[in-house]
Amino acid sequence: MGKRKEISNWGRYPRIEKKESLFDNIPVLDGFLSDADTLIARGMGRCYGDSSLGENIINTASFNRFLAFDDKEGVIECESGVTLDEILQVVVPKGWFIPVTPGTKFVTVGGAIASDIHGKNHHIDGSFSRHVLSLQIKCSDGTTYHCTPTDHADLFSATCGGMGLTGIILSAKIRLKKIATAYIRQKQLKAPSLDKLLELFNIYQDYTYSVAWVDCLSKGKSFGRGILMLGEHAEEQEVKPGVDTLKVHKTPKFNIPFNFPSLVLNKLTIRLFNTLYYLKNLREEQDSVVHYDGFFYPLDNINNWNRMYGKRGFFQYQFVLPLDKLDLLKEVMLLIAKNNKASFLSVLKVFGEQDGVLSFPMKGYTLALDIPYDPHLDQFLDQLDLMISEGGGRFYLAKDARMKKETFWQTYQQADKFLEIVNKYNPGSSFSSLQSQRLGITS
Amino acid sequence: MKKSILILGATSDIGKALAKRYAAEGWGIFLAGRDRDQLDRLASDIKIRYNVPADAHYFDALAYDSHKDFWKNLQDLPSVTVSVFGYLGEQETAEEDWEMCQRILDTNYTAAVSILNLVSNSYLERGQGVIIGISSVAGDRGRSSNYLYGSSKAAFTAYLSGLRARMFAKNVHVMTVKPGFVMTKMTAGMDLPPLLTAKPGAVANVIFKAMKKKKNVIYVEGKWRWIMLIIKLIPETIFKRLKF
Ligand SMILES: Cc1cc2nc3c(=O)[nH]c(=O)nc-3n(C[C@H](O)[C@H](O)[C@H](O)COP(=O)(O)OP(=O)(O)OC[C@H]3O[C@@H](n4cnc5c(N)ncnc54)[C@H](O)[C@@H]3O)c2cc1C
Ligand SMILES: NC(=O)c1ccc[n+]([C@@H]2O[C@H](COP(=O)([O-])OP(=O)(O)OC[C@H]3O[C@@H](n4cnc5c(N)ncnc54)[C@H](OP(=O)(O)O)[C@@H]3O)[C@@H](O)[C@H]2O)c1
Repeated sequence: MGKRKEISNWGRYPRIEKKESLFDNIPVLDGFLSDADTLIARGMGRCYGDSSLGENIINTASFNRFLAFDDKEGVIECESGVTLDEILQVVVPKGWFIPVTPGTKFVTVGGAIASDIHGKNHHIDGSFSRHVLSLQIKCSDGTTYHCTPTDHADLFSATCGGMGLTGIILSAKIRLKKIATAYIRQKQLKAPSLDKLLELFNIYQDYTYSVAWVDCLSKGKSFGRGILMLGEHAEEQEVKPGVDTLKVHKTPKFNIPFNFPSLVLNKLTIRLFNTLYYLKNLREEQDSVVHYDGFFYPLDNINNWNRMYGKRGFFQYQFVLPLDKLDLLKEVMLLIAKNNKASFLSVLKVFGEQDGVLSFPMKGYTLALDIPYDPHLDQFLDQLDLMISEGGGRFYLAKDARMKKETFWQTYQQADKFLEIVNKYNPGSSFSSLQSQRLGITS
Repeated sequence: MKKSILILGATSDIGKALAKRYAAEGWGIFLAGRDRDQLDRLASDIKIRYNVPADAHYFDALAYDSHKDFWKNLQDLPSVTVSVFGYLGEQETAEEDWEMCQRILDTNYTAAVSILNLVSNSYLERGQGVIIGISSVAGDRGRSSNYLYGSSKAAFTAYLSGLRARMFAKNVHVMTVKPGFVMTKMTAGMDLPPLLTAKPGAVANVIFKAMKKKKNVIYVEGKWRWIMLIIKLIPETIFKRLKF
């Protein structure tokens, strides 16, 4: 196994000193399984908290081969360490796209399945697992299961969104989305208030991609103002003549070389940023054709941008509330504004139905916030946790580093069923993360 | 003729990086090694990522008798052959255990000679070809902590040097590569100095560029040339007292 080093995920909290082991073939992985009592898989470490941290970390970076690509049918099969970035490089030139993508392309297929990630098209296309045709997973006794939505359906459903606790995902077969170009026809609509924003969401619900940026700091009449961003894959005739219609993104060059001093990002700069962001769109409605890279991954061009949040780190906080809990959503947002829990980009979206047993998305509104650390933050978030869980909402495990055990068991209604499946396939349970221990899912 | 490279020991981390680097330049790839399952995965990966031909061939460096058939069965003659396989072993164990010791010597030296003799003769016949041998800085001077591995690499370096001279007039080029520390399975778990440790991708890059320039002997990274020069200059009376 590898040597000890400091490891943390995207939110840079918690940080631990641990060994991280690599494997590029199955016998080596089998060796890890028989040597260690508990293991957890780790991909690109793009979850924010402790989901992929644990006593023995198995990194999938070297297990990253493409196994098959049918460019007629649009089906790709690859090992779990392949990143969405790499898939795009292979499939875009052939006229295909990833069916569901998060806000960064630097996540692995294993991580995408284990968090059952959602994208701007969740209300139309569901989460990532809906497009997984089959997967191979290795459980604690070394058995590899081939699962599909119908074969070992229970294991399939628990693995999608199961945060690595059902086993090590080895490979997956994914159905891609046909595209005519690498460009997105984008429409941006300015909404002067939250009510107006939600109304726009409704009017434009047939758009494939929709997400809104909200100004969580404005108060009074302009409370919850924002910009709704909509998108459709562009057809050939919509793209300027002469450009390569199936152009792949570039690889990023710019690094943030050090941790920004905290004062660069104080409440004032954040408020200023929010105001400017809102004002940058002069017109009520703005149409343009943009490359997918800018549309889906605006921050990917800066490596390590999480360093901007200063040494003490920040918390990413994402929850979902049922559609009929709109008043509660407003109450929560008001509380955030009132307490100046400043956030750069607060992102609001409407979800469709839930997929996996432990999948985060469910029909409702989801709000994601980046909150810089302050000493009273924990207490404040505990208060929000309570309001949201009592309102029938829940929190995204891929973005969590602090939730209380009770909150998890109260909010994930199928947690018992999940645990049953974990134990059925892993008697004695081998897979365990700091998060699953904190939440009392595993010991 | 289409450009192609045969990688002997293609499941090694340096071998995998070489496969990607050459494939990215449009070369066809022959992957040779003893882990069939992994070779097949690598071949499909290369084909899908780079749209170049890639296929897997079983090759056990220690099965000398099989080398002739292995070489004969390659459909086309690769324009470049690189010998990457190697075995580090454990110095202390190998001092006592002849089996391990022999395996170190055989893998790094005898096996390489067995296959490269065949390759070079057939390149000679064709009047064209490039042979790249991955040796090591460890072969530049025997140190107490790894002289069994080191001496096998020293023999390999000497072999490549002679081969180069023999092939030179016949338009066949031989390049010796001496990596310093590289972050691979071979060195996993060792405490290597980060500033002197290269990643496999960087090593592959250096090799590709040096091959195009027809270099004879290269160190990866360049600073190793100077480090090894200093190490070679230490008088033996002092050197024998150094425990490293
Ligand atoms: C800038 C940014 C934007 C994001 N936007 C979104 C978004 O829009 N929507 C969204 O849903 N998420 C989003 N995320 C979260 C991210 O998509 C998930 O956290 C994803 O799981 C990260 O994948 P990873 O490869 O980095 O895995 P890690 O972060 O390393 O691991 C995440 C989880 O997956 C498990 N895992 C990883 N590989 C395997 C495997 N081979 N087998 C079994 N389990 C495995 C780990 O155990 C862990 O539980 C965003 C993250 C960032 C940093
Ligand atoms: N890493 C360093 O710091 C370093 C420094 C200087 C030189 N080198 C040299 O660089 C080369 C590549 O090493 P690496 O660091 O990439 O190490 P590696 O990943 O451990 O690779 C060693 C490879 O040799 C193969 N091999 C061993 N015995 C074999 C046999 N009998 N038949 C076929 N293949 C055999 C192994 O095959 P399996 O996959 O089947 O086991 C493995 O792929 C070696 O020659 C090494 O000596 C390495």
